[in-house]
Amino acid sequence: MTQDVYVVVEHLRGQVMDISYVMLAAARKLAGSTGGQVVAVLLGHNAQTLAQGLGADRVLYADDKALADFSPTAYQEVLQALLAERQPRVVLMGNTSVGADVACGVAAKLDLPLVGSCLTIGEGGNPISRICGGKIMAETELADGTVVMTMVPGGYAPEAGRSSQAASMETLTFPPVGEQRVTLRQYIEPEAGDVDIAKEAILVAVGRGIQNQDNLELAEALAQALGGVVCASRPVVDQGWLPTSRLVGKSGKAVKPKLYLALGISGAPEHMEALSGVEMLIAINMDPGAPIFESAKYGAEADLFELVPALTEKIQQAKAS
Amino acid sequence: MDFPPSRLITMLRAEEFDQVLASKTLWMCLSCYACAQVCPAQIPLTRVVMTRAKEELLLAGNVPAELQSALENSQRYGNVMGQPPRKRTDWIKDITPAVPVLGKEKRSTDIVWFVGDYASYHPRVQAVTRAMAKVLHALGVDFAILGPEEVSDGDSQRLAGERGLFELLANKNAQALRKYTFNGILTTDPHAYNAFKNEYPSLGIAYPVRHHTQLLFDHLEQVRPLFKRERKLRVAYHDPCYLGRVNAIYDEPRAVLSAIPGVELVEMSHARETSLCCGGGGGGMWLDGFQWELAHTRTSEWRVQEAVSAGADVLAIACPYEPARFEDATKVVPGAASLAVKDIVEIVADAIAE
Amino acid sequence: MNIVVPVKLVPDLVEGLSVDQSGTSLDTAWMRLIISEFDDHAIEQAILLKEAGGGQVVVVAPDVEGVDDVLFTAAAKGADRLVKLDAQLGIGVDNHTLARALAGVIKDMHPDLVMTGVQAHNDLDGSVGPLLAAFLGMPYVGYIAGVSAGDGRIAVRKEYPGGLVAEMEVQTPAVLGIQAAAKPPRYVAVSKVRQAMQTAKIEPAAVGEPDPRGAPKILRLFQPEPAERATMIQGNPEQVAAKLVDVLREAGLV
Repeated sequence: MTQDVYVVVEHLRGQVMDISYVMLAAARKLAGSTGGQVVAVLLGHNAQTLAQGLGADRVLYADDKALADFSPTAYQEVLQALLAERQPRVVLMGNTSVGADVACGVAAKLDLPLVGSCLTIGEGGNPISRICGGKIMAETELADGTVVMTMVPGGYAPEAGRSSQAASMETLTFPPVGEQRVTLRQYIEPEAGDVDIAKEAILVAVGRGIQNQDNLELAEALAQALGGVVCASRPVVDQGWLPTSRLVGKSGKAVKPKLYLALGISGAPEHMEALSGVEMLIAINMDPGAPIFESAKYGAEADLFELVPALTEKIQQAKAS
Repeated sequence: MDFPPSRLITMLRAEEFDQVLASKTLWMCLSCYACAQVCPAQIPLTRVVMTRAKEELLLAGNVPAELQSALENSQRYGNVMGQPPRKRTDWIKDITPAVPVLGKEKRSTDIVWFVGDYASYHPRVQAVTRAMAKVLHALGVDFAILGPEEVSDGDSQRLAGERGLFELLANKNAQALRKYTFNGILTTDPHAYNAFKNEYPSLGIAYPVRHHTQLLFDHLEQVRPLFKRERKLRVAYHDPCYLGRVNAIYDEPRAVLSAIPGVELVEMSHARETSLCCGGGGGGMWLDGFQWELAHTRTSEWRVQEAVSAGADVLAIACPYEPARFEDATKVVPGAASLAVKDIVEIVADAIAE
Repeated sequence: MNIVVPVKLVPDLVEGLSVDQSGTSLDTAWMRLIISEFDDHAIEQAILLKEAGGGQVVVVAPDVEGVDDVLFTAAAKGADRLVKLDAQLGIGVDNHTLARALAGVIKDMHPDLVMTGVQAHNDLDGSVGPLLAAFLGMPYVGYIAGVSAGDGRIAVRKEYPGGLVAEMEVQTPAVLGIQAAAKPPRYVAVSKVRQAMQTAKIEPAAVGEPDPRGAPKILRLFQPEPAERATMIQGNPEQVAAKLVDVLREAGLV
């Protein structure tokens, strides 16, 4: 048994997912209290280059054809054997479509303690989980033995888990992965066509305050600068200025972006109820009494026709530097 | 609309049920009684034909998503919005003197004020509710509300095809009411009025009921001396479907409005029996997106246009479905930006304000 | 095809949540339980599969407040058997205990597929689905939005972030973690549920001693800082824009 903290790296089609870096940042904090190293565990096929930039002390790399794409059963088989042999103090996996498929199975089969939905590591080295739709936080005791922990994003910035220094890599040897009972047939690309605002991370929302269709381009420019997408409240869609697929609200879609920038939206209940999943709501409205300010994190009583172009420019400058 | 109502009825008579069950036409129906009003054969189109057909659609699983949520919320939370029952009386905060809640006060009262979902929870309609409380106090009326024991009257859910849900809700209200001693029910909602007057008695729930415009009319001589302000206002009164066409109450609201100093009543081109529905009935409040997709027009917008054409400063209303629908319409109808939308009791409360 | 759908009832977030005096459990005074949203999708997906290709749908739930209504509603939608675990296993009980209890009952049903919600909002020790799969010795795949069965194979659509979907093939018997049914859960008229209450039977199922091994010890539960009214940013448009960029930068959005 070691005091190391393992992080199972998540990657899809050649891209390392952000959650991996979030976990590495958390692992650094944990390793600080366990006294061990941060070890990235990378499973794949001809995927060594994905180890670049991982903020870990060491990398364990497992290569097998069966690991070329994510398969929950293949990952479970390899990880189970690895953990049984190496017995780290903690192993982190994402609470995602990759990690969550594997973590519970590995923990249950090896009879290891399991804690999920971890957001941060507390000062005493205990995991703090976020549950019940974000309404309740739970601090649990870090059990003895090898603890399996699944993590959700939001507690650590991915930047904190990156490193420009290459960590030493150990290529693992293990028996070839056998026939799997869950196999990939094919990937299906997201539809080229209109965006699904319910899945977007950054949304610029326009309401009545945009006044007419021509002014939409201000919002489009801002959205583009931010790397997001434009959506709207009812009056804008009713006028036909944007398609119904962009409608946010009771009769439209509920959204859960990291950022929702509401321009000229008053905040009627029918609109607000679709925003309960928004992480950061910023509202721009000329009316200081607009109900949206009750729910927003930041607000500005400003003329959007002056503010939006200024904001767009400053964001473009910030990104260029 | 995939086919007009007359064709729908023909299909029902020809027993082409599959097509009817798959149709969207039925969900365009606002249960406004305009058709039943003019039917020369006096067929109970709204109450029986459309309602019964919608019941079959629900059983066949043809339910637009918005409507499904409203129905599920009604059942689970006792209100269509899906708000927690505990918060049903949040609106009474800061009102002095305090609004009596029967569950807490354990006394008899003259009038139980059945408040309703929108009047309890919707911010815009809460303003009407507070105005009502103010006027009741000014008139010295002995009243109390049920509080969180009150659930949706269920009438619109009934008209949207959920008879079972209507009965469930009615029985919950009956259970609450049975505990208390009172003389009559007051409501600001024509749909609740209709439920108590015409539908609840067949379930064994029978209480005398008045709509707030009737109560104001009954107290008119007492209200008159309280009017402090005179404001010159051209007021167009919109007859709500369930007050006017369905329950034949046209004159009392107009009498109340005319009694307010400075008010000049103007009539819109559709009035009284021919009044245009605001679009909220028959489940319309929970089918707005669906109906917009098909029709690209709203009856509320037609109505606001009529108010503008009548030269009105104020569109006076008397139903909780109306404030939000008409105010939204004023934002898009040309010339309507300065049209105020106010419940009759809000206009009365304004006029008696110090 | 024999499909078993275990469901969990969780605190209804609409009613609000708070922590009780002990600081280690939720206050149950105002708590109402509701079926976990993803489990509702699992029931729908199971019924859709049955409607497409025949078979049997069995819904299994622990004995907690509101469970009968959940089971009868499932029957009204088309579930064939309703099974209620004879132990409380509700709030305060971890997923390891629940999954072991379910495994004991479900293994004797010899299901082809076990479908349950991919997660529940009150999960603190992983999710029931993958734990159950481990205890049953079956493979597991989650985040499924669409299942089809044909020629003895099961094909599932697994959702990844950003709209990417993987079509995977699964050998039965297997456990699936459902994210979304192919169609949203259907509406069931109150009258139909009433009917089901008359005709459907809920079968009790015995479970052994609760075994929470593997679940964490809760040291404390607390509520995150309450949200306040918006921090208003003052100044002329240039100043406001600059301040907003700072805010966005700090949040890692720029």
